[in-house]
This record gives sequence, C-alpha cells and structure tokens, in this order.
Amino acid sequence: MKIAVASGKGGTGKTTVSVTLYYFLNHFYNFKVQLVDCDVEEPNDAIFFSDAIKINERKVFQLIPKIDQEKCTFCRKCAEWCEFNAISIVKNLEFADVNNDLCHSCGACKIACDYGAIKEYEQLLGVISLYNTGIGNGLTEGKLQIGSAMQTSLIKQVKNSIVSSDEIIILDAPPGTSCPVVETVSDADFVILVSEPTPFGLYDLKLMVDLLIELKKPFGVIINKAGIGNNDLFNYLHSNNIEILGNIPFSREFAAIYATGEILKKIPEEFENTYRIIAEKLLAKTGML
Amino acid sequence: MKLAITSKGNKLDSQFDLRFGRTAWFCVYDRELDTTQFVLNENYDSKMGAGNKTAELVANLGVKQVISGDFGPKAKTLLEKLDIKMIVINEEKSSVQDILNKLKN
Repeated sequence: MKIAVASGKGGTGKTTVSVTLYYFLNHFYNFKVQLVDCDVEEPNDAIFFSDAIKINERKVFQLIPKIDQEKCTFCRKCAEWCEFNAISIVKNLEFADVNNDLCHSCGACKIACDYGAIKEYEQLLGVISLYNTGIGNGLTEGKLQIGSAMQTSLIKQVKNSIVSSDEIIILDAPPGTSCPVVETVSDADFVILVSEPTPFGLYDLKLMVDLLIELKKPFGVIINKAGIGNNDLFNYLHSNNIEILGNIPFSREFAAIYATGEILKKIPEEFENTYRIIAEKLLAKTGML
Repeated sequence: MKLAITSKGNKLDSQFDLRFGRTAWFCVYDRELDTTQFVLNENYDSKMGAGNKTAELVANLGVKQVISGDFGPKAKTLLEKLDIKMIVINEEKSSVQDILNKLKN
C-alpha cells in the first residue's frame, strides 16, 4: 500500500503529516511502515529522527551522451531526435555539443546515430540513503546532486530502491505540481493532500486536485493550521465534495516544537486525537483496517 | 560578416525583441552585401532548451554577431563555445530598421 503526501503549495505541512502518520501507524496500529522522502531537492524527514542510524548510502547516476567528433558526420539526426533540445550540431563549424543540464538520459540520440559516434558516460545524480529510525521499516531518502535538475530521474530510482512489501509505504512528495510530484504520486494507491486555509494554500490545492483527477487517483485533504486565513478552502472542499480527512489546528506551541525537530517526542494531546482520526479514516479508505 | 537582430515580426519596421531564445524572428544582415533576410525561429515556443536551440540556429545561419536585449545562461554558454559575439541593447521601442540605421552610420 503506497500513500503519497502532497500539497501543491510548499510549507503546508507535508513533512509534519508524513512523519507523524509514519509514527502513528507503526506505534498505535502495528503496521510496519516505511517513510520515503521524495523531496530530493531538500530532503528533511531525517531531521525528525535524531536517533536514526544511516545503514546504507548509495550513489546513483544518470547516463549522458558524449559525441565523438572523429566519427560524427554532423548529420543532425541525433539533435532532431532529442525531445529536450539538448544537442547542438553546426555542420559548417564541425561542431557537436551536448548540454548536460537539458539531457534527460532517454538514450534516443545513441539509437539515432548511424555512425556509432555517441557514447554514454555516468554523471552523478544523487545519493539514496536508508536509515534505521527504530520505527517500522525505516526511512529512505533521496538527495539530489547540487546543480542537477533531474529530480524526476532520482525520485524514480528512490522508489525502485524500496523493496516491495505488503505493508505501508508513505511517500513524502516535493512541493509543486510539476514532474517530480507527478512521478511521486504516479503509483500511489491513495494521495493525502495537505493544505492550509490561506489564498495561496487554496490556489495551489486546486492545481493539485486537477492533477489527481487527471491521474485518476483517490485522495483526501488534511487541513493544517486550521484557524488562520479564511473559509474559502472549506467552501471549495464542500462544494466539490472533496473529503476532509482531518483538521489540524494552528498551534504556536507546535511550531516551536517543530523548530527543535522534536515533533515525535512531544505530541500535544489535541494533535494525538486528530492524527488518530486521520489514521483510522486512512486505513478504512485504503482497506487496511 | 553576418549579424542577426531579434525581431517580433518579419518586416524591417517590426519591433526589436528583447528576448533571444524566444524571439519569433531574426533579421539576418549581411554587412558585405548590405542585404537583409528574415528567418523564423521555430524554437520560440519550445517547452525547454529554446536558448540552446536558437543559438544552434544562428550558428547554422553563419551569423557571427547577435543583437538582442538579453541572453539566457544556456544560450550564452553555447554562443561562447561557438565564438558568436553577443551584443545587448535595451531599446525596446526601436524597430529593426532603427537598429540597422545605427549600425550603418
């Protein structure tokens, strides 16, 4: 069972919800849950497990083409095949070049070349780490190499690194609604959308709802920081018959705890009840209860 | 020597385009022959890599200098490798003809 946690807008509480649900489903409902940090540009789930021990770290790579100027006839076939506009060929100057930042490692250029002029080499994409958190099946984290724009490729590899199990996997998605988010939620069985009752929260939530409808993914919404902003988010959810899995009240006290990284050590009582309700709704919806 | 000017249209009175990678047209001016020719930039609405592809286009046109309002990082990198000179002017209201006149005087 894969559950993705996404939001559209950043800073609504994806990580708080992911980390807390991971803990609750293990601790109170005896599931062996694995947490997967797919926010590869700035993974931070590990911060909330101060006792975690890194048990594995593995570099992952992407293949980038290199054009052999001796064999290249400058016919431009590879440049025409490249969907990502990464290859530049200028016949008169006998010039052939690949922009690594644009390359998506699809391999089409290598197939296109009739002269064997394209070789591929490995470029560092990022690091995948596995932590023993003392909770369930631990935490897997992807961390993108600085300068790389290939989040989606790394997220794919992070997901492939997870040993398939019958238990629960929580995928903490990056913010936004672009390719890295689509990749994260693409094989989820259920998506939790975390929003906040502000104009920005609502605007980005609508984008995310449209995306999930297009992807035909079942989803529900958790309203975090309830009490701030206005009622527009609630009105939108009601008039579109979107299920609210829970309301987490805004709490300055909790924000202070979050800042120390100890959200699992000092869970306020009102939060505990809210999360229990959310966890039970989630388990019922996904047929795990 | 050929020089290219980014242009919003395909006429000499068309407005100068401040963008390089996403310009719709280039006015290619041949200094020796004193002729102009307008070339469509098919990369203007590319999803990605417009700057890279447009730099490749001007190189294939045999252009040695480009006049535009700005050059993105990928375009800049490739134009440098191709030894094509980038000239930045901030004359949003000028027509292509205005810029040609200044070049000739």
